[in-house]
Amino acid sequence: MEEGVVNEILQGPLRDVFDSKQLITDISGSGNNWAVGHKVFGSLYQEQILEKLRKSAEHCDCLQCFFVIHSMGGGTGSGLGTFLLKVLEDEFPEVYKFVTSVYPSGEDDVITSPYNSMLAMKELNEHADCVLPIDNQSLFDIISKIDLMVNSGKLGTAIKPKSLVTSSAGAFKKRQEKPFDAMNNIVANLLLNLTSSARFEGSLNMDLNEISMNLVPFPQLHYLVSSLTPLYTLADVNIPSRRLDQMFSDAFSKDHQLIRADPKHSLYLACALMVRGNVQISDLRRNIERLKPSLRFVSWNQEGWKTSLCSVPPVGHSHSLLALANNTCVKPTFIELRERFMRLYKKRAHLHHYLQIEGMEESCFTEAMSSLSALIQEYNQLDATKSMPAEDLPRLRIAV
Amino acid sequence: MSIVTVQLGQCGNQIGFEVFDALFSDSHCPQGLCSKRENEAYQASCKERFFSEEENGVPIARAVLVDMEPKVINQTLSKAAHSGRWKYGQHSCFCQKQGSGNNWAYGYSVHGPRHEESIMNLIQKEVEKCDSLNGFFIIMSMAGGTGSGLGAFVTQNLQDQYSNSLKMNQIIWPYGTGEVIVQNYNSILTLSHLYRSSDALLIHENDAVHKICAKLMNIKQISFRDINQVLAHQLGSVFQPTYSGEGSFHYRRNPLGIDWQVRPPLSGLPTLGKMSLNKEFHFNTSIANLVILRGKDVHSAELGAFKDPALYTSWLEPVHAFSVWKTQRAFSKYEKSAALVSNSQFLVKPLDMIVGKAWNMFASKAYIHQYTKFGIEEEDFLDSFTLLEQVIASYCNLGF
Repeated sequence: MEEGVVNEILQGPLRDVFDSKQLITDISGSGNNWAVGHKVFGSLYQEQILEKLRKSAEHCDCLQCFFVIHSMGGGTGSGLGTFLLKVLEDEFPEVYKFVTSVYPSGEDDVITSPYNSMLAMKELNEHADCVLPIDNQSLFDIISKIDLMVNSGKLGTAIKPKSLVTSSAGAFKKRQEKPFDAMNNIVANLLLNLTSSARFEGSLNMDLNEISMNLVPFPQLHYLVSSLTPLYTLADVNIPSRRLDQMFSDAFSKDHQLIRADPKHSLYLACALMVRGNVQISDLRRNIERLKPSLRFVSWNQEGWKTSLCSVPPVGHSHSLLALANNTCVKPTFIELRERFMRLYKKRAHLHHYLQIEGMEESCFTEAMSSLSALIQEYNQLDATKSMPAEDLPRLRIAV
Repeated sequence: MSIVTVQLGQCGNQIGFEVFDALFSDSHCPQGLCSKRENEAYQASCKERFFSEEENGVPIARAVLVDMEPKVINQTLSKAAHSGRWKYGQHSCFCQKQGSGNNWAYGYSVHGPRHEESIMNLIQKEVEKCDSLNGFFIIMSMAGGTGSGLGAFVTQNLQDQYSNSLKMNQIIWPYGTGEVIVQNYNSILTLSHLYRSSDALLIHENDAVHKICAKLMNIKQISFRDINQVLAHQLGSVFQPTYSGEGSFHYRRNPLGIDWQVRPPLSGLPTLGKMSLNKEFHFNTSIANLVILRGKDVHSAELGAFKDPALYTSWLEPVHAFSVWKTQRAFSKYEKSAALVSNSQFLVKPLDMIVGKAWNMFASKAYIHQYTKFGIEEEDFLDSFTLLEQVIASYCNLGF
């Protein structure tokens, strides 16, 4: 809802990738106010948005899913972004909605971000099929780790400077001042790997609708923790099995996650492994067997693994792995969000900015709170089963 | 007598290709270990069964390829065409774009009715090319969405439309640990539906074939290609022509003429009271066994052990339960080869495991909303469980 960023894209190297007629901009921005984004700009631009969506959809032989990419803490991405989810649901009810949401970190500079995030969460709960939460702190940590590796020459082998992860933006100094390019590059890789099996051939394909089918056991619980390996390139082309196994171990290490969470000490509901490159089914199975004992799966889904093998690796790597986990470890993120929200809301701080928008009432806030609390409660209930032994339920008895 | 093969889904199509390739390679193998005339008769019989002739001499597989996304079919068609030795018919495939999302309900209730006419027309065309149709060979997996759901739907249709022809389903039993998270649901729905419309279910377990690759063939990095080739080899050794009777010199015209149906004695199954006290506990009781011998010394092979009454259930004489087919023409360059097709308690344990896991998951209602979304309700699940528990119980009772 302001022109700066979009204009920058249109003047940048990718300007020809985007259809200039498919852009909607305004001038003043949303002022970091979810209500402005959702209610004001939502109603203002609804028709235009619908029209452009329909136009894009017409070009598709078969529309399978939408990717909504936004942040939770601001006004436009958060407000208008979640408004869009409702529009998509009404207009294209059969099409899946994958939402990549950047959650605000502990020290973010937008004071009202807890309000915006809370209000957006309610919409995500109700209208998204699958959400991939990401936080800036994790991305920053990953970039720092890469820098450290590259600077100290720790790996011993040559690092390919043109690896897709360390973007072509150039020198490290520049990156330290403006890390967002590199951080966003990681999210881009996430989406690349997510769609690789749909774009390229492989011995075990996985479409995007399969992600939702396999990783969302209950409609509410659709928040997936993602982790990506490798994060740097290795110069060796023929990597012996040990390094391959290392890739799997890395995917389950906290360093490679795009959101801060601790899946190993929480409960897995389901896990998907999307492998790219010259990896075969036996490698996959060997690693699952190896890693399984250290992970706790819910009692009714002890073998809750979904796997895919895509033959084409990402540029500059010989193989890669994306792990998506539906795990109760997202609960702390939500609890923290609620706490930060409560700190502001208790004092009614900045509330008037929201309430003065037409259509906004205090009930919007309380409803959002109860929606999030209900979600946290569902995770609590599952966590409670963590320590219970997995029992086989009595089966149907048949008279022969 | 010809067989029309229907390949469904990624698994069905990948395997189907390997099967036709194995059949073709074997029939054109110069080292038949028999006379030239016999070799020619073998070739002709195999050809009539599985291939039809085209003007420029390249045989065309009698197959219909079905998948709900295009990548695998395109690959399969081009692999066959590239070999230059045989190919698939240009218009023998049916393809869509969006896939089935690993959802049995989507394959059965959405794709099935939507594409029924197109698919059945394709099959009809293939049937018309046969001088005389013996039956259908349907290759599918149980774990996914297309092979399993659409496969069950197509088999039902074949039952309605071609009730006099044999329908044999080649089913791939998934790995116990995770290819697809909802594989147990998909499996029980598939099996229960196929039980009502298929004549024979030929099962191959991924775990078992994997072990063959690892332990018997010493393959280090096992790929799906390796697994499929072992499978194709086994199927080829069952389906290639054999003599129709002791000493006869014509190849059996009815390749699937095994009496697969279980027929308990007219007086009904013996009650527990009549149980013989001398019978020891059986390791694996069979209803029927078929041994196929190919190559050198087939006529002098000692098969007495297969006729031991201890192998069979009490209400069957070995002479009724055991059959043997022999041919001197060697299979696939092996001087001697043997295949065993068995209807026995062998699959009770895997079936029981799948039903158990599916039941545990069903009790928590996990993932059910994904199925009810497309018209498969909880009652359908319960029906499936009931039917399969009956199958398990019936097979277990064979031991008495």
